[in-house]
Amino acid sequence: MSEIASSVAPPLPTAAEKLKFYGLWLATAAVLLLLPKLSGSGGSLTTFSLIGISIIFSLSYNILLGQTGMLSFGHAVYYGLGGFLVIHAINIFGAQKLPIPLPIIPLIGGLSGLFFAALLGWVSTQRSGTAFAMISLGVGELIASSALILRTFFGGEAGVSANRTKLLKLFGWNFGPQIQIYYLVAAWTLIAVIAMYALTRTPLGRMCNAVRDNPERVQFVGYNPHVLRYLAFCFAGFFAGIAGALAAINFEIANSAYLGAVQSGTVLFSTYIGGIGFFIGPIVGAVFVTLLSLSLSDLTQVWQLYFGLIFIAVVTFAPGGITGLLMMHRPLMKAGTLTRVLPSYLVAFLPTLAMIAGLVLSVETIVHYTVNPGDDSHIKAFGVPFDAASPYIWATAAILLIGGFLVARKTWSLVGHAWDEATAEAREEGIAA
Amino acid sequence: MISTLNGVLYGMLLFLMASGLTVIFSMLGVLNFAHASFYMLGAFFGFQISRWFGFWPALLIAPLLAGAIGAGVERYGLRRVHRNGHVAELLFTFGLAFVIEEVVQIIWGKSPVDFRVPPSLDFPAFTIFSTNYPAYKMFMLLVSIVIFVGLLLVLKKTRIGLIVQAALTHPHMVGHLGHNVGQIFMLVFGVGTALAAVAGVIAGPALVTQSNMAGLLGPILFVVVVVGGLGSLPGAFVASLLIGIVQTFAVSMNGSLAGAFGPLGPDYASTWLADIWDVTVAQIAPIMPYLLLVLILIFRPMGLLGTRET
Repeated sequence: MSEIASSVAPPLPTAAEKLKFYGLWLATAAVLLLLPKLSGSGGSLTTFSLIGISIIFSLSYNILLGQTGMLSFGHAVYYGLGGFLVIHAINIFGAQKLPIPLPIIPLIGGLSGLFFAALLGWVSTQRSGTAFAMISLGVGELIASSALILRTFFGGEAGVSANRTKLLKLFGWNFGPQIQIYYLVAAWTLIAVIAMYALTRTPLGRMCNAVRDNPERVQFVGYNPHVLRYLAFCFAGFFAGIAGALAAINFEIANSAYLGAVQSGTVLFSTYIGGIGFFIGPIVGAVFVTLLSLSLSDLTQVWQLYFGLIFIAVVTFAPGGITGLLMMHRPLMKAGTLTRVLPSYLVAFLPTLAMIAGLVLSVETIVHYTVNPGDDSHIKAFGVPFDAASPYIWATAAILLIGGFLVARKTWSLVGHAWDEATAEAREEGIAA
Repeated sequence: MISTLNGVLYGMLLFLMASGLTVIFSMLGVLNFAHASFYMLGAFFGFQISRWFGFWPALLIAPLLAGAIGAGVERYGLRRVHRNGHVAELLFTFGLAFVIEEVVQIIWGKSPVDFRVPPSLDFPAFTIFSTNYPAYKMFMLLVSIVIFVGLLLVLKKTRIGLIVQAALTHPHMVGHLGHNVGQIFMLVFGVGTALAAVAGVIAGPALVTQSNMAGLLGPILFVVVVVGGLGSLPGAFVASLLIGIVQTFAVSMNGSLAGAFGPLGPDYASTWLADIWDVTVAQIAPIMPYLLLVLILIFRPMGLLGTRET
């Protein structure tokens, strides 16, 4: 009996592993604490806060998509409702002078997210797969459209605003300056990330993975997949509510865009681009997508197009997302055969880059002619000035795009060969790829 | 009477799109998120071609063009993504819808384009209760009915229709029998998107041709498919008509709770419940399909005529 138990249960972590594990979290906390010291300007503090909010939201989304296998197109509902209730709570607490400080306000957002997820979730989680996706979309549209009808609560198009500094002061912090908001967001991000990580280690989290992989078998071992999906949905709603609350506190306003399809789409983008297969994936995705959307919008007019193309490229070529791509290399690194693949990457990199440059050049040229036809043809995209009216530019764009595509296709098949060889060698050394 | 006619018309338009969506879903197992985008592409291609060559060539060329794009998407996009699973396929079409909307915005701008009813159809067909009913709407109805009947005949009477029907339920068996399932998939995807584009071309002049039209219609299309029963063509037909008629009637109704129970006038009705109390049926028309969806899911999760749980 004890033999079976020891072969089934993982070995108890050694002291070194424990140290590594807790050290990682402590290091994260230290980085969060010191981040404003490194780059303390107002703009970067706002960026950090947005990233923190996005991390919580994306991780909460991954409880559904990555861990339980439920593709939701309406996750912003719980984010938005959390935000709205928090704004109303701040207004009420401020007016009544209730002794409730701001730092615990996000909990209200979380609880309201939980409440609505519990309310709407039972019906929507009856089925998974495509049916669930459609239902979440319908429920999302229902709530988002209702928000424009119920004007007293949702404030119509303009939304509802609040003043976060009117609440009880804690240690002399009134949460007016962005640095204080940053620390609030950072603290809640750390708490939420730890909580969500812990959730994946619980039996519930494990059973959620089982529901994702094989719901039939889950039924055989005596669990109800519907109940498990429902519980996961409630947890996801709770953390989405916290994220929405932090967003509402950060902007001091909540409007119907919080609930809408765009917000739901954004969280799907960032979670999937980051990678749904690993816990850290949505964190990477949240950082990447937030930074990308902030920087791309400065660099080009049609950043949303590039955004969509990046998403399609990830779905088509790297379904594991960024982290999935990186993690693929781990067995090769262990076996020491990574060096065989790297040269072929370098070879494939150049034509791919040329193709992308050609694509960007063509898009920007077309944009010049269709969006701003009357303007000067000397335009600037991604910081590079060029003349959109010149035939040389058109020819360059075409050659880069088509030539790059043809050469890139060849070189990527080389990468495939090198990859196969490297993994075969790694397998021979006994490291599963 | 007018509302009924409008409702049936809207329902038939919905069915033109929902039929393609349902067949694609049943065969490929993927709900095409970009289906409404092909409707939009149809409308914009129709607009552009009718500007160059007139409306009638546009009615033919625009759907062919959109269908070709659709077939290309299936051949070079979806088939590759298929390896990565259903979620990836759905997300691929989601990203595609996003990109198509951006491209349309880049080419035609964000504001509505001036897509007019062709002069040969720009006259009142008949007059009921001193309201002129435009001939163009009758033409729309006619086109959708012709296509509906044509589709029915193709599916029931021809060899291709038989293969498609068989592939709906037993795709592997059809493959074993030696049919090229990949080619059938591509064909079905192309035809489905072309049908959506037909709906776009004929709806474009009557409704607003704008870059957000796909975003507005897409969710309703999914409601139709889910309410009718995933993968059920007759179900999609019933649900299209139902939603078309319900929404059209709702828009023309002005009743509200306050209007119906006004004399009772409970006190709380004027405070925080005022929104619900005073809202008119016309105002909640946009959320009617979604309400219907939630009700259907509670009481009949497989949809009106659906058979499978999926």
